[in-house]
Amino acid sequence: MASSFSRLLTSKRKIGFLSLVGGSVTAGFLLHRDVSAGVPVRRSYPASAEYPDLRKHNNCMASHLTPAIYAKLCDKATPNGYTLDEAIQTGVDNPGHPFIKTVGMVAGDEESYEVFADLLDPIIRERHNGYDPRIMTHPTDLDASKIQSGQFDERYVLSSRVRTGRSIRGLSLPPACTRAERREVERVVVDALAGLKGDLTGKYYSLTQMTDKEQQQLIDDHFLFDKPVSPLLTCAGMARDWPDARGIWHNNDKTFLIWINEEDHTRVISMEKGGNMKRVFERFCKGLKEVERLIQERGWEFMWNERLGYILTCPSNLGTGLRAGVHVKLPLMSKDPRFSKILANLRLQKRGTGGVDTAAVGGTFDISNLDRLGLSEVQLVQTVVDGVNYLVECEKRLEKGQDIKVPQPLKQFK
Amino acid sequence: MPFGNTHNQMKLKYSSEQEYPDLSQHNNHMAKLLTPAIYERLRSKQTPSGFTLDDVIQTGIDNPGHPFIMTVGCVAGDEETYEVFKELLDPVIEDRHGGYKPSDKHKTDLNPDNLKGGDDLDPNYVLSSRVRTGRSVRGFCLPPHCSRGERRAVETLSIEALDTLSGDLKGKYYALKNMTDAEQQQLIDDHFLFDKPVSPLLLASGMARDWPDARGIWHNNNKTFLVWVNEEDHLRVISMQQGGNMKEVFNRFCTGLTKIEGLFKDRGHSFMWNEHLGYVLTCPSNLGTGLRAGVHVKLPNMSKHAKFEEVLKKLRLQKRGTGGVDTAAVGGVFDISNADRLGFSEVELVQMVVDGIKLLIEMEKKLEKGQSIDDIMPAQK
Repeated sequence: MASSFSRLLTSKRKIGFLSLVGGSVTAGFLLHRDVSAGVPVRRSYPASAEYPDLRKHNNCMASHLTPAIYAKLCDKATPNGYTLDEAIQTGVDNPGHPFIKTVGMVAGDEESYEVFADLLDPIIRERHNGYDPRIMTHPTDLDASKIQSGQFDERYVLSSRVRTGRSIRGLSLPPACTRAERREVERVVVDALAGLKGDLTGKYYSLTQMTDKEQQQLIDDHFLFDKPVSPLLTCAGMARDWPDARGIWHNNDKTFLIWINEEDHTRVISMEKGGNMKRVFERFCKGLKEVERLIQERGWEFMWNERLGYILTCPSNLGTGLRAGVHVKLPLMSKDPRFSKILANLRLQKRGTGGVDTAAVGGTFDISNLDRLGLSEVQLVQTVVDGVNYLVECEKRLEKGQDIKVPQPLKQFK
Repeated sequence: MPFGNTHNQMKLKYSSEQEYPDLSQHNNHMAKLLTPAIYERLRSKQTPSGFTLDDVIQTGIDNPGHPFIMTVGCVAGDEETYEVFKELLDPVIEDRHGGYKPSDKHKTDLNPDNLKGGDDLDPNYVLSSRVRTGRSVRGFCLPPHCSRGERRAVETLSIEALDTLSGDLKGKYYALKNMTDAEQQQLIDDHFLFDKPVSPLLLASGMARDWPDARGIWHNNNKTFLVWVNEEDHLRVISMQQGGNMKEVFNRFCTGLTKIEGLFKDRGHSFMWNEHLGYVLTCPSNLGTGLRAGVHVKLPNMSKHAKFEEVLKKLRLQKRGTGGVDTAAVGGVFDISNADRLGFSEVELVQMVVDGIKLLIEMEKKLEKGQSIDDIMPAQK
């Protein structure tokens, strides 16, 4: 190993290397060229010397990035110049997470999902229960009127929330965007949001210009997002230039909220105290459609295709990007050994009330849908509605000393 | 971004004004000196390996300021960075290194015989003595920019070279990713182990990528000579021991460094060096000698004296806590070292530390006896 390296090292790094590597790679540096999808970028070392050490890793990227796939993709770049090494950096730098198997890679732009499909497609299949983007299509359905029984028992359900993300087509995603692109995302979205009316009328608070008072209010309302500290996000480069072009928009009623340039171009959130999930979802759909109309008026659109649905930074959020959830009191359920199985069969997941990286406090859980891709928004919200109603029924039965049943597993799309 | 030369082409679609960073909250050397005009002229450039202006300054944008020190706010991705972006880096260097001009020449002197004294710092006050520097291997990109392949090649070369050291320099390499628990604990107990950087100054520049791949520590069996591989620089070389014999520490430092340089040359590699900037390292603050010679010294009285800072400044010394650059002092024990790196030779800097510490101890002794130190106040060096 050492001797082959010293042979490589004694020649000058530039032209000598490339002729040693062989193949059809042109010698010398390519300083000025038109980059289009799949055009090779300069590489000084063979792929085997660059392949990451993933032996201690447990994330989806590490599970699927074989040396062969790495060798095939490592010289490619998207039209914006985003490379495989950049896409997988977060997975290389973060071997594993205590609670969840992380994805371990991100997209730098819409084209990442095409150019790096050889790696992303198997990851998508693993993460999204076998959904195969090469042969399946993803249904989008934002007709909230279809939701049945969407009002929960408020003695148990404390709050209801639906969130998703949207990306602006033509601009790079947070891991890769330049400052100008990020500012453009902010400009486009804030401009559009200014056109919202009625119960959606609201205001934008830029992170760079917020007053102390505004900041405190946003913290008290649990709206303010802070600079990411999770290494999963920072290693992907999405916190660069913080807090430039980041901000929060919310309506005057404080029930509809948009984060700009955090982990995605936009995160759209509808939320309320109490258990009226149907109303939360109605506002969600109405708001999303309005925002889409307003950006289209200005010549922009959301990233979407029928293979992958809505395109977001993290492959785990493809499809609907939707997480519909409640904060619900289930003290007895949480102590029942069948709790995890019941959740799994209902296609639900539990989190602490602080979000994805927290544990539950006092028997109050954040319960939400597991799935994102292959099922529509309406289907996923209905799953949450049915599931939470079932869990609350179980809790009531346990209170009365009655037994509960583990439900049959829900049929998945395949 | 590593390999991001293609990003540069795409970025040029936007005007310089649209891309220029918001530095209004910032206080670092880069933010002081990066005017919109300079940004405009440099943003279309890149080094032969593809390092761009935005790569240089990202850490300074992401870290507006530091509580204890004025940070540099830029890094180099390769040797050519200092040429291609000289319009920004020359003023940064001048600002950081006491007026060092683009036409100035830097003197290298690693002859320990030129050091006068230094073997007799009072061990009642001086707990330990240490000299460190960095070295970069010419032809490889620096930690903010290197690929995994390059970083591994630097490691392989380094191990090969260090393995041939003999006598009191004979030692062993411990790769961070292969270390046993017992080895790791020993290295921690010896205060040798470096950990994955947590400082956002370092993380934002990209030098922690792929941790702990190709990182490691080499030290001699006597535990007095230590080399860090692929932390903030390709190599950090450290000579240290308990007590106040700075001369011995510096002797070993010079001997070891000279040997290592020879071993790399034998394998066809020189260190990055030129007669203007001296040794080239990742951070512009470490150019020249890259040398920090220092002691852990007990100065409980002196440190409370109103003129402590003034004395340090006159002696061209700086204080840190005993945990290193980002810490505060504990129990009156300080890390005192040379403030300069560039424009003075290695011998000159260690001489300043030796002479300065002697004076500080003298002052401490006087204050212990309730005497004044006014008559021994130094002139500005």
